[in-house]
Amino acid sequence: MRIPCPFCGLRDGVEFSYQGDANRTRPDPVSVDQTVWNDHVFNRVNTRGVHREFWLHNHGCRAHLVVERNTVTHEIVSVALARQFVLERKP
Amino acid sequence: MAEYSAWQLLKHAFTGNTGWKEAWRKPEPKPAYEVVIVGGGGHGLSTAYYLAKEFGIRNVAVVDKGVLGQGNVGRNTQAIRSNYLLPENQHFYELSMDLWEGLSQELNYNVMFSQRGVLNIAHHPAQLDQFARRGNAMRLNGIDAELYTRADVARALPGIDMSPTARFPIHGGFMQKSAGVARHDAVAWGYARAADRLGVDLIENAEVLEFIKDGDRVAGVRTTRGEIRASKVAVAVAGSTSEVMRRAGIDRLPIESHVLQAFVTESLKPVIHTVATYGGGHLYFSQTDKGSILFGGDIDGYNSWAQRGNLPVVEDVMAEMVTLFPGLARVRLLRSWGGIMDMSMDGSPIITAGPLPGMYLNTGWCYGGFKAIPGSGLCFAHTIAKDEPHRLSAPFTLDRFQRAYAIDDKGQGPTPKWH
Repeated sequence: MRIPCPFCGLRDGVEFSYQGDANRTRPDPVSVDQTVWNDHVFNRVNTRGVHREFWLHNHGCRAHLVVERNTVTHEIVSVALARQFVLERKP
Repeated sequence: MAEYSAWQLLKHAFTGNTGWKEAWRKPEPKPAYEVVIVGGGGHGLSTAYYLAKEFGIRNVAVVDKGVLGQGNVGRNTQAIRSNYLLPENQHFYELSMDLWEGLSQELNYNVMFSQRGVLNIAHHPAQLDQFARRGNAMRLNGIDAELYTRADVARALPGIDMSPTARFPIHGGFMQKSAGVARHDAVAWGYARAADRLGVDLIENAEVLEFIKDGDRVAGVRTTRGEIRASKVAVAVAGSTSEVMRRAGIDRLPIESHVLQAFVTESLKPVIHTVATYGGGHLYFSQTDKGSILFGGDIDGYNSWAQRGNLPVVEDVMAEMVTLFPGLARVRLLRSWGGIMDMSMDGSPIITAGPLPGMYLNTGWCYGGFKAIPGSGLCFAHTIAKDEPHRLSAPFTLDRFQRAYAIDDKGQGPTPKWH
């Protein structure tokens, strides 16, 4: 598997480390609702198909990325900077 | 009289082996059953068997999208052990150990259970201290465990690199002698035949497309072979759990699917006499009765629904194997394959009633489900039959996350790729 890093170009997958599901949004930190936090910490959609996930280019430019990858074929659909992704997601 | 025995072999030899009954029937699905089990792997089949045998519920169907035993029960590395740290895990897995010991007789099917021991190798004093702690915890709960010195490890595994200049020199080990291996396919076939003889319908090539509901309650499944109604529907589909449960409207579960690879070499004379694990990385290996060395390591490390792995993990596992056994460097690899693991958030399984009324769920085995097939089947059957958990599976219900009672044997936190 190879991932096209926005800074470094197409690089081997071993340079990156997987940081998990990027679809999760952290609940309001002042919330004390056990159900909401439980859902955030433990539950996953676990997509079969195109999955949005965090990768860290830790053996390269060390950028945090959001990659859309097909979990069946490992085809990379899109790569964006995590910062940009998170800022755009905010209302 | 036993269906398979020396006497039967002799009798059939004289009659041209034409009188053997097929191992299980190929029934057409009936319109309704008392219990439908989705998933014809080890856990689904053992659940069906114990429902029929221990709880007298014989009006049961097992449906599978393909043929029986072609998923993880036919893909694992066969290790059976109960060397856990936490008491919940110890008691639960020890139930399976007890059942394994009599399983061939019980099923009248040789599952080739061999208690050759599982040896965890330690490479530094702190690791050996950890093993001593785990061994003591096991012995407190009546499970056998022994601490091995360097000399003991050398004796147990001839051919292993004991040199002080090794990358991670061997310091000692931790042995559970009652642990071992069983022939994985035989376990699926044995449970399938035994369940079939008790009246369970094993329905192959019937993929569940949708769950039928009466109001909130799950009342059956719509499959590629038609509609099957049931008062109770149980799901035991390992790595496919999230996708199957989505068809019941459950979108979020404490599960991620990851791919785990396994490898087998050409056949050799006996060189490895136990199951063993490498403590300098992540590697476990044994030698099959056929002579192949069967081994595996880490999962690939990212969510995957592909039943095949990638090359970096292959390279890593090979490097670890050759580090331990330099003498095996020229042995040729015969096959490698991948299976989809239902990695749970605390590394422990989920055996539970729910999450919907009329539904029961068995999942979250990470990559340790094979060893638990007998005990899981018994506990899951108990949960289905009595609508309450078995004493030993009570800590493993789905609501444990909500109750903050995660059972995290490794202490890794809710990061499935590390379990």
